[in-house]
Amino acid sequence: MLSEIAFYGALETGLIYGLVAFGIYISFRVLDFPDLTVDGSFPLGAAVAAMLIIAGWNPWIATGAAVLAGMAAGAVTALLNVKLNILNLLASILTMIALYSVNLRIMGRPNVALLTEETVLTPWYELDLAFHQVPVLLFLVVVFISLILLWRFMKSETGLAMRATGANPRMARAQGIATGGMIVLGVALSNGLVGLAGALFAQSQGAADVTMGVGVIVIGLASLIGGEALVTPSTVIRALIACVVGAIIYRLAIAFALNADVLGLQAQDLNLITAVLVTLAIVLPGVRNSVIGKLTRKKA
Amino acid sequence: MAKRTLRTLLGASLLAAASLVQAQEAKTVAITQIVEHPALDAVYQGVKDQLAEQGYKEGENLTVMHESAQGNSAIASQIARKFIGEQPDVIVAIATPSAQTVAAAARNIPVVFSAVTDPVGAKLVQSLEAPGANITGVSDMLPLEKHLDMLQRVMPDAKRIGTVYNPGEANAVSLVNMLEERLAARGLELVKAAATKTSEVLGAARSLVGEADAIYLTTDNTVISAAEAVISVGERADIPVFAADTATVERGAVAALGFNYYEHGRQTGKMVYRVLQGADTATMPVETMDTLDLFVNPAAAERMGITLSEDFVKEAKEVVKNDK
Repeated sequence: MLSEIAFYGALETGLIYGLVAFGIYISFRVLDFPDLTVDGSFPLGAAVAAMLIIAGWNPWIATGAAVLAGMAAGAVTALLNVKLNILNLLASILTMIALYSVNLRIMGRPNVALLTEETVLTPWYELDLAFHQVPVLLFLVVVFISLILLWRFMKSETGLAMRATGANPRMARAQGIATGGMIVLGVALSNGLVGLAGALFAQSQGAADVTMGVGVIVIGLASLIGGEALVTPSTVIRALIACVVGAIIYRLAIAFALNADVLGLQAQDLNLITAVLVTLAIVLPGVRNSVIGKLTRKKA
Repeated sequence: MAKRTLRTLLGASLLAAASLVQAQEAKTVAITQIVEHPALDAVYQGVKDQLAEQGYKEGENLTVMHESAQGNSAIASQIARKFIGEQPDVIVAIATPSAQTVAAAARNIPVVFSAVTDPVGAKLVQSLEAPGANITGVSDMLPLEKHLDMLQRVMPDAKRIGTVYNPGEANAVSLVNMLEERLAARGLELVKAAATKTSEVLGAARSLVGEADAIYLTTDNTVISAAEAVISVGERADIPVFAADTATVERGAVAALGFNYYEHGRQTGKMVYRVLQGADTATMPVETMDTLDLFVNPAAAERMGITLSEDFVKEAKEVVKNDK
């Protein structure tokens, strides 16, 4: 079965993708804004953090700069949509492809190694913990803090205005909410979180690579939907917990799939497995509801 | 009855003895690959074939674990963790991103990388000569020295070597910088012409007329996409064009010393074998390709105003017939 190292590896990647799922929760669920910018803002965060770390910056400050870069990318997408009236999906695609060039410019080459640099993880390795446990512990703290901050934000007046914008923009405008501003803020926040995830991922993987954003959106969505299937997202806090749970479950599923040689599964089946997982995650809640519905009808 | 018991016992002990021998020799090699495409798949096949040839046959005394990340770095990371958790005898990492994820997480398991262009830049090794830790491997860096040897053999009097490159392509820029150094060491001059897109390649090549005695093209994607433009200039102005890859010879360049990724995999397999035999990765220098295939195109040479010597053509693995 899963080795301890593979298990902790799944937790580590899962926690990082929990941050991505937070971002996708804000854009897809709160704002109803299908945002593909994340495929570009994830490597953008990685690139910014990597270059600043190499330039000798404190890794935490570099990570903070990655968050700001991600927010800027998100703001560009939102502004294309709000100010230039470009369809939201198309606006995000435009930013995403532009970011590929931007990321190459930032790094000056396709791959920037951090293997021997001081990262946010370095000081923690002195703790009396196994090598593979350190990132899990640190990322758990980061995800927990992000979760609390997001939860408080969503309950604040601005957060409520943002939720209203996504739920019913016309009504929100009637209530005097500047919906355009809310969309810009929300998509920026979303991509800031994704930039943070990219920065942390690069530091735990030892490199920023221009191709590392491929499929981030699909995996983030898979995590979000899978989590929602397991943890009914009836409140904001449950929805946020669902993001983290979904991301970790997704990673554990991949880890098991990688170990499932006995079932005859091979490397090239992984994308298929992902698609099946996402489909199941979307379909299962409906099945559950209809089954429960039938059962309750029978009782009645 | 007694006979049968005896036979069973004998058989069982023989089996046990056999499995004991196997247990001593059996090795596990885990191969992680960032994405599946023909060059990288050929590396994987090359590694396995080489190991089989040297006595480690899959299913007999060798267990091969193989995973592809399908171009997804998060999955590459999980593959690395999976392999490290299983404690194989060697991890083979194909291409830079896979090698880096393994390097970030593996501490005590020997790692042999393959198809990594710049292992020092990728921070996989401290230096090419002495990697210094649990990681070494084979680089697919262009063997510039051998390419220049070839060029000088064909054109001993060439003093100014021209090249067209894309200043916006990171690998191309580092190759051109290296090329300039190597040429300077030989007392030769590099004449550079920049083209940022394929439509600029023709103009850039024309700017070399009168400035260069020969043209050498690296594996710059932009330039190779428009190699015909450079070749046509070479033919009109009698400037022989040499290439780093063999496919460009088929398109009309004079000659190239190229390698194929299957051989690259075989060379990686040789290193894996040595590690399985107990060699220490820290002191195993990073290798570059030692088997290179010479492709020549005598007709193209004629069109560019030179004649290839018979010896040279005889050495070629492939003589391209390209009469236009």
